[in-house]
Amino acid sequence: MTEEILFTLKSPYRDDFKIRGFRFGCGEKSVAIVGAMRGNEVQQQFTCSQVVKNLLAIEKAGKLIPGHEILIIPSANHFSMNINKRFWAMDNTDINRMFPGYDKGETTQRIAAAIFENVRGYKYGIQLASFYMPGDFIPHVRMMDTGFQNVKLAKKFGLPFVMIRKPLPYDTAVLNYNWQVFDTQAFSIYSGDTDIINKDTAKMAWLSILRFLHNMKIIDNTMHEGYTSCVIKDANLETIISNQSGILYGLRGANDEVKKGDILAKILDPFTGEVRSEIISPLDGTIFFAHQKPLVHHNTVMFKIVRF
Amino acid sequence: MIKTIISEGLPVDEQLIIRKNTIQHGNGTKRICIVTGTHGDELEGQYVCFELIRRLNESIEHLNGTVEVYPALNPLGVDSVSRGIPTFDLDMNRIFPGDPNGHLIEYTAFKIVEDLKGADMVIDIHASNIFLREMPQARINVQTSRKLIPFAKMLNIDFIWIHDAATVLEATLAYSLNALKTPTIVVEMGIGMRITRTYGNRLVDGIFNMMRKMDMWHGAALKNISKPTVSTKGEVHFLNAEFSGIIIPSVSHSDIVKKGDLLCQIVDSYQGVILQNVFSPVDGLLFTLRTYPVVYEGSLLARIYSETTEK
Ligand SMILES: [Zn+2]
Repeated sequence: MTEEILFTLKSPYRDDFKIRGFRFGCGEKSVAIVGAMRGNEVQQQFTCSQVVKNLLAIEKAGKLIPGHEILIIPSANHFSMNINKRFWAMDNTDINRMFPGYDKGETTQRIAAAIFENVRGYKYGIQLASFYMPGDFIPHVRMMDTGFQNVKLAKKFGLPFVMIRKPLPYDTAVLNYNWQVFDTQAFSIYSGDTDIINKDTAKMAWLSILRFLHNMKIIDNTMHEGYTSCVIKDANLETIISNQSGILYGLRGANDEVKKGDILAKILDPFTGEVRSEIISPLDGTIFFAHQKPLVHHNTVMFKIVRF
Repeated sequence: MIKTIISEGLPVDEQLIIRKNTIQHGNGTKRICIVTGTHGDELEGQYVCFELIRRLNESIEHLNGTVEVYPALNPLGVDSVSRGIPTFDLDMNRIFPGDPNGHLIEYTAFKIVEDLKGADMVIDIHASNIFLREMPQARINVQTSRKLIPFAKMLNIDFIWIHDAATVLEATLAYSLNALKTPTIVVEMGIGMRITRTYGNRLVDGIFNMMRKMDMWHGAALKNISKPTVSTKGEVHFLNAEFSGIIIPSVSHSDIVKKGDLLCQIVDSYQGVILQNVFSPVDGLLFTLRTYPVVYEGSLLARIYSETTEK
């Protein structure tokens, strides 16, 4: 493994901002992995650090298969992470809305350009991602329906679900989309949490990355097969929206199997504790996403349930 | 008359309320809408809303049609000095046309579009951000420029920037409305967190001028409307900082600059040295100028429009 500084940016008064890369093996550019791009993606950073740790052990054991290069960037935004901000410390812009980047442009365009310059041209690209809605997810792999995606490959992670999603206008500026446009098979791994470290879901995520590397014959690291992934699209998800606001009293969470008629959560009056609404499952299925914040707005996505 | 277009529950004893003021007189069927406050830190539009309504009320008998004013599309942001929607991650101007089955905010965006749809003209007023000062200008997507330029010219502004179509911009309010055949012009002027009364007055004069041309207003309106430069015959130059440091401005904003003019200096306040002298690369119109002093490598310092000289 070689550790490199891929990009440096001077700050007026803070320490220099550096993006570090950890490169394993040499040969064909096989896999690039990007961790936290937002300051609150602590789970993503932790997951990436565990991938680095495991690859170091695998390298020591001589189990990196020759002819492959793996590049890992665990953190691309600790300038925000260190001061508890989600977006870029200075101007609040989102690095993951700046791809493919522009090296003569705004600061975060330059950061995106530096990341992209380093991670493009790899056969596979893996991003540890987070979602814009607060809540718990079933760990899954996401691919964008760009016409270039290969679902069979996504199943090699052995996570419970593979989700194929139609890109929206703003998606054209995210890393995953640009990877695909530039001929990299791109996957986003959602491990379920963001601001906190959940050891169990993080482990599922880093094991799935090692499993993928093994299945693609980039490392020799036999392990259990994982799940036979279920492939879903947005149309397979039933969305349940809150019909009241108040304090959320959750009863069921991501990964739970539910039956039609089950009570999934209650919304309570914040003054009297009285039940304002019971959220009832309209179908049999598995909870894919569950709202997690203790306070809930009216008309907010509470649950997404996979319909079978 | 104040009408509520959205009222949705927040967790504890409060509604998210979006309201508009509908001012109607005569039997004319024309309707224009003035919207602002999508970005909670952009406040120049507040004065425009106030002054427009004040003047309309003063001589309502000259109005023949409907003027609808939406001062705060993002009331939680405006009232809490927050550019975005507090608790929500995405820029509000990147979620249009919204989704009736989506998150509260996506649902809100959907209802806003439904409410504005069908207007004869929508003016969406923005005020840059806290970093950059903009001269009064309209921003128009090249796809809708033929239809919108004649209206933008009525608005008493200095510059009309025709920009290329970009996929990410398809989620803006203006794009969504134009796609629904509701003509919408984005006006950018001034700077975030401040009100520039002269700019506000100019735009209000421009709106009355436009209403007169649309046969909705028969009262007084300014005669000598500013003739804006239109960006079709030239190029916009972006100047970005090459060093991180503190900028000291050297020119005033909204100026014609000459190639080689010193625009600002980036300095190092530890050592007392100049890191970069920022010169204008062209003769042109300085329509954007950074005023926020702290910069990183890459921070936008200025935008200059220069006309291509024909050979
Ligand atoms: Zn704005």
